[in-house]
Amino acid sequence: MIRLEPRPAISGFWTYASPVTAVLLTLITGAFLFAALGQAPLEALHIYFISPIADWYGITELFVKAVPILLCAYGLALCYRAAVWNIGAEGQLLMGGIFASVIAVQFVDSDAWLAMPITMLAGVAGGMVWAGIVAFLKLKMNTNETLSTIMMNYIALNLLLYSVHGPLKDPHGFNFPESALFGDSTLLPILFEGTRLHLGLAFSLLALAATWVFISRSFIGFQIQVMGQDQAAAKMAGFNKTKLVLTVLLICGGLAGLAGAGEVAGPIGQLVPHISPGYGYSAIIVAFLGRLHPVGITLAGLLMALIYMGGEMSQIFLGLPNAITGVFQGLILFFLLSSDVLIRYRIRWASNPMKAGAA
Amino acid sequence: MKKAITTLGLALGLTAATSALAADPVKVGFIYVSPTGEAGWTYQHDEGRKNLEAVFGDKVETTFVENVPEGADAERVLTQLAKSGHDLIFTTSFGYMNATLKVAKKFPNVKFEHASGYKRDTNVATYFDRIYEGRYLSGVVAGRMTKTDTIGYIGAFPIPEVIRGINAFTLGAQSVNPDIKVKVIWVNTWFDPSKEREAAETMINQNVDVITFHTDSPAAVQAAEEAGVYAVGYHSDMSAYGPKSHLTAAVHNWNDYYVSRVQAVMDGTWSSTDTWEGIASNMTNIAPINASVPADVIAEVEALKAKIASGEMHPFTGPLTNQAGESVLAEGEVMSDGDLLGMNYYVAGVEGKLE
Repeated sequence: MIRLEPRPAISGFWTYASPVTAVLLTLITGAFLFAALGQAPLEALHIYFISPIADWYGITELFVKAVPILLCAYGLALCYRAAVWNIGAEGQLLMGGIFASVIAVQFVDSDAWLAMPITMLAGVAGGMVWAGIVAFLKLKMNTNETLSTIMMNYIALNLLLYSVHGPLKDPHGFNFPESALFGDSTLLPILFEGTRLHLGLAFSLLALAATWVFISRSFIGFQIQVMGQDQAAAKMAGFNKTKLVLTVLLICGGLAGLAGAGEVAGPIGQLVPHISPGYGYSAIIVAFLGRLHPVGITLAGLLMALIYMGGEMSQIFLGLPNAITGVFQGLILFFLLSSDVLIRYRIRWASNPMKAGAA
Repeated sequence: MKKAITTLGLALGLTAATSALAADPVKVGFIYVSPTGEAGWTYQHDEGRKNLEAVFGDKVETTFVENVPEGADAERVLTQLAKSGHDLIFTTSFGYMNATLKVAKKFPNVKFEHASGYKRDTNVATYFDRIYEGRYLSGVVAGRMTKTDTIGYIGAFPIPEVIRGINAFTLGAQSVNPDIKVKVIWVNTWFDPSKEREAAETMINQNVDVITFHTDSPAAVQAAEEAGVYAVGYHSDMSAYGPKSHLTAAVHNWNDYYVSRVQAVMDGTWSSTDTWEGIASNMTNIAPINASVPADVIAEVEALKAKIASGEMHPFTGPLTNQAGESVLAEGEVMSDGDLLGMNYYVAGVEGKLE
C-alpha cells in the first residue's frame, strides 16, 4: 500500500529532481509509444529530440521558435509571483504586432536607421496599452483579471483581423488579408548569415537578466513576492498594491508586445492573420514548468520549442501524424505535475493499511 | 562557426546532387494548414497525395506535414522539407506564399507549387481551380430545390475568392429561379465548427432552407441534416455528414494536376506555370447529386456542366448588375480573368453589405 505523507518542509532535492524525472519518464513513455506505432524506439526518439537541433540551422531555429514564448513567459512569471493571474500575453503579443506594423508600413520604402527601433518601441507600447487596460479594470473596477485578460485576447485577435482586412491591408495584394512586406530598414537584423536568428534573441537574453535581477535583487521585486504570497502582509507592511500590480502588468505587456513586434519584423516580415500560433498561451505553461524562475523558464521554453520542432521532424521522417506533438506536451506536463507531488510529500510503504489509516 | 556553416552548405549541396540521380524515387512533400481529417480543403489535397502513390508506386515517395500555422513556422517546415531531399513541394494554403518564395530562393534545385497565390519565381509555380464553375452548378441545384426562395451562405473572409463563389452560386440559383435571395453571414474564420454551426442555425431560423458555405468543416451540413433542410457542401463530397440534406458539393480535384506535375519533374520538363483550370480539365467538379433531386434537374445540371466544359457557357456572362444596380457586364460580354480575380462586389440578389 502506498501512502503520501506531507513533508515537514519543501524538499530542496525534489524541487530540482522533479523536472528531470519528468523528462526521463516522458522519454521512456515516448519510447514505448514509438514501439507501439511500429517505429524503432531509439531511432524515433533521436529523430524527435535530436535531429531538429543536429545542425547549426536547427539550433538557430530552436531559438527563433523559443524567443517569443520566452519573452511572454518572463513577464507572465512576474505577474504570477505577484498573484496577478494574467492570461493575456497572447492578446498583448498581438497588439504589439499590430502597433509595430502600423509604424513599419510607414517605412516600407525608407532606409532611415530609426525605423527598426521605433517599430520595436511601438510594439512595446501596444502590449503595454493592452495590459494597462487590464490593470485599470482590476484596480479601479475590481474586475477579475483572469476573465478580463481572456476577453482582451479575443478583442486583440479581432482587431488584428480587422487590421489585415482593412487599414493595414497591402494595397497591391489583391485584397488578400496581409500587409505589405516590410522594408529592410524595419526588419530586425539577422545575427548569423544564412539563418533566421534575429536580434530578438538579444532582447530575450536581456529580459532574462533584467527580470532575474528585478525579482531577486530589487525592493519592488521583494514587495511583489510578498504580495503574491500574502496580500494581508503586504498591506500591513504598507506596500502600494496599485503600483505593484501596474508594474508587473506593464512589464509583462511590454515584453509580450516586443515579442509580437519581433515576430512581424522578424521571421514573418509582414502583418498576417496568424502572427502567433498561441505563443502567449504556451508561455503560461512554460512559466509554470520553469518554476516562475527566469532560468527555469528559459530551459522550459527551449524544451517546448524543441517539442514543436520534433513534431515536424517526426512527420517528415517517420510519417507520424501531427498529434504526436500534443501527446509529448501532454506527457511532460502530466509527469511534471505527478513528480511535483514529491516536493511536498514523501511516499511511505505501509504494509498494513489499517495501521496506516489509524496513524 | 564559419566551418560549421561551410560543412552544412556542402551537405546541402550533396543532398541536392544525390536526389537529382534518375534512379531515386521523386520525393514529393506537402504542407497542410489543418489536419488531414475526413473532409474539406486539406483532405482534398491529401487525396491528391495518396493518388500520386497509387499512380507512381515506388517511383515516388510522399511526405506531408499537417497543421502548420501560416506564420513563422511555415518557413522552417519548408526548409526542412527542402533540406531532406524533396524534389517537389506543394504548399497548399494562401498564407504560405511569402515563406514559399523565401525558401525557394535558397533551394534553386527544389521545385515549389503554391496553391491560390499570385507570386511566382523560376522554381515556384502557382495553381488553383475555377471552383466558381462548381458553385454555379450547385447554385442551380439549390435554386431548383428551395421552397422559401431563401438560401444561406456562410463566408469565411470577404476576399475576392469567397465573393466570387457567393456571386457564382447566386447567379446559378437565379438562372432557374429569379426570385432567389442569398443571405450571407461572415464568420471570420476558415475553420471553427461551432461558429459555422451557429451561423447555420441562425439562418435556418430566418426561413433559409438551403445552406452552403465557404469554410472548411462539414458542421453546416450536419446542422442542416438535423433541422431537415438542404445543404450544399464545399471542398469535398460531404454527403456522409448529411445523407438526406447534402444536395451536392462544389469540389476541388487536384489528382490529375499533381500527377502531371510529378510526371513533369520525372521527365525534366517542369517549369514555373500559373494554372487556373476548372471543369474542362476536371480540376473542379460537383459531388454526386442527391437521389432526392428530380431526374430532370440532374439532367439539366449535367447539360450545363458539359456546356461549361466546352466553353460554350461562362457563369459570369452579361447582362450582369451588381447589388447597387449598376451594370457590370453588358449583354453577352464575358468577364475577364483579371476582373474575376479582383471581384469585390455582390451581384444583385445577395443580401447584406460588403464592408
